[in-house]
Amino acid sequence: MSTLSLQVALERPGFTLDASVDLPLAGITALFGPSGSGKTTLLRIIAGLERGARGRVSFDGETWQGNGAYVPTHRRRVGYVFQDGRLFPHLSVEQNLRFGLERANTKTSIGLAATVAALDLGELLARRPPSLSGGEQQRVAIARALLASPRLLLMDEPLSSLDRARKREIVPHIEALPERFGVPVLYVTHNVDEVVRLANRVVLLAAGRVAAQGSVAEVFERLDLAPLADGLEAGAVVRGSVVTYDGGIATLRVGRQLLRVPMGATPLGTVHSIRILAREVAVATLRPQQLSIRNVLDARILRIEPGTGLNVELLLDVDGERLRSRITRDACDELELTEGSQVFALIKSVALESSLSP
Amino acid sequence: MAELELGPLWLSLRLAAITALVLLAIATPLAWWLAFTRSRVRAAVEAIVAMPLVLPPTVLGPAGALGSAWVELTDSTLTFSFAGLVIASVIYSFPFAVQPLQASFEAVGRAPLEAAATLGARPLDAFLSVASPLALRGYLSAVVLAFAHTLGEFGVVLMVGGNIPGRTKVISIAIYEHVETLAYTQAHILAAGLLVFSFVVLFSVYTLNRRMPLVRT
Repeated sequence: MSTLSLQVALERPGFTLDASVDLPLAGITALFGPSGSGKTTLLRIIAGLERGARGRVSFDGETWQGNGAYVPTHRRRVGYVFQDGRLFPHLSVEQNLRFGLERANTKTSIGLAATVAALDLGELLARRPPSLSGGEQQRVAIARALLASPRLLLMDEPLSSLDRARKREIVPHIEALPERFGVPVLYVTHNVDEVVRLANRVVLLAAGRVAAQGSVAEVFERLDLAPLADGLEAGAVVRGSVVTYDGGIATLRVGRQLLRVPMGATPLGTVHSIRILAREVAVATLRPQQLSIRNVLDARILRIEPGTGLNVELLLDVDGERLRSRITRDACDELELTEGSQVFALIKSVALESSLSP
Repeated sequence: MAELELGPLWLSLRLAAITALVLLAIATPLAWWLAFTRSRVRAAVEAIVAMPLVLPPTVLGPAGALGSAWVELTDSTLTFSFAGLVIASVIYSFPFAVQPLQASFEAVGRAPLEAAATLGARPLDAFLSVASPLALRGYLSAVVLAFAHTLGEFGVVLMVGGNIPGRTKVISIAIYEHVETLAYTQAHILAAGLLVFSFVVLFSVYTLNRRMPLVRT
C-alpha cells in the first residue's frame, strides 16, 4: 500500500488551505467536501501545480515538496484527470493517448490496446476531441492519464459535467481502475452518491482543513460531521452482496438478513454499498404485519444520542453493520427504547435508490 | 516605357524576410513571458514593447545608444548599412510580432500545459508539442504583420539607411526617389506592385484566420 503524506498550506484572498493528513492509498479514496472547501486546490498541490503552496508532500517516502526540494509535475508521475478533460484539441484521440505513453519512462505500463479495450475507446481513436461527447472525452482523459504509467491517479470531479446517463456509463470504468491498472486513485467529489458508490476510504475537507478521514462507513455514520457538507446528514452505509435480482429489485445479503434495493441489472455476487439516511429508517418493537415497507431487519440499539430539536438519533447494529434511525423523543419514550433493546428496523425500498446505482 | 529597376524590390523583400525571422526568434520568448508572468514589471515591459507604435521614426536617430555600441563593437556605423536597416526594422516592427503571439499564448492558457506536465512532458516539450501548435495562428499573424510592416516602412529607412543602391535603397525609398525626380511612371508601377502585393498578403492572412481560430479547438 502506498502512503501519501501531506502537511501543506496555501493562502488565497478569502480562502486558506491548511491540511495535514497521512493517507494510506489503496483502491479509491474520496476527497469529499462542499464547494470551496479546497479539494481541487489540494489535488493540484499533490500534482505540483500550485507553486505557491508551502509545506511538505511526500509519496511512499519520496519527498515531492519540502526541505527546499520541489519535484516538478512532469517528474512526479501522477496521472491527473481534470474536471473538463483537457484533451489536446490539435491531436486525434489516438495521438492524445500516445502523448503520455511516449513520455512514460517505465516499461511497466499496460499497453495501448489493453487500455483502449478497458475503456471501450476502439471506435474513437481517429476522432478529434471536440467531436466527442462529454462522457467520451472523460473516458479518453482517463485512458490518457493511465497510459503515462502514473503511481497515483488524481481525479477532479470527472463526472460533474455529465448528465445522469453519461455518469452511469463511466462509473463502472472508474470503479474498476485500481484493480485493473494497479493504481491507487484519489477522487475529488462533492457528491455523496459518488463517494458511496466508488470509494472505500474518504477524507472530508471543510473550509480548507481535514475534518475527518476513515472508511466510508466510519465517516458517514458520524453525527458531528453533518453540518460540514451538503448531503452529510445523519445516516449510515451498509455493504451487501447481491443474492437475487428480479424486476428492478436487487436483494442484498447484509449480515444474515436481506435488504431489497431498487437498481438496474447487476450480476449476482456483486458487493454494493448502500447509503441509508437516518430519517428513512423507522423502528418497531414488534414485527409489523401487513406492511408496504419491504425491508424489516432485526437490529439492536447500540446508542441513543440526542438529535436536533425533538429528535433522538439511534445507532443500530444489524449483524455487524451499522444503521442509523432518527425518531422523535416521544416515540423513543413511548416504546421504552434503551441501549441494548432488540428492535425491527423498517426501511422503504424506494428510499434506497441512488442516482449512481447501476 | 522607362527601365524599371527591380533591385529595390528584392532588397525590400530580403529586409522584410530577415526582419520577420529575427523578430520571431526574439518575440516568441518575450511574448511567452508576458503571457504567463505574474511579475510586476510586466506592464512596464508591455509599454516598452508598444512604444514603436507611437514614436516617430526620427526618434531612432543615428546617434542612438545602440548605434554607438555597434560602432564600438564592429568599427562600422549602423547608419547607411543593411545591418543597420535590419536592426532598425526589428525595433520598429517589434509590437507587430509580440502582440499577436502574446494574445494567442494567453488564449491557449495554462490548462493544456498543466495537462501536458501531468503526462510527463518537460516545459520545453509542452511548449513545442502543445502550446505552439495551438497558438499557430499567433505565429502566422506575427510573421506576416512583421513582414508586411517592414515592407511598407519609409521613415525609419530614410533616417537610418539613406539611399544607397543595393544596400539600403528599398522599394519605398525608390518610389520616393522616382517621385522626386518626376519619374511618375516608374513610381506608379512600383506603387501599384506594392499595393497588390500587400493586399494579397493581408487577404491570405485574413482568409487563413477565418479557417483557423485563434486557438484551435
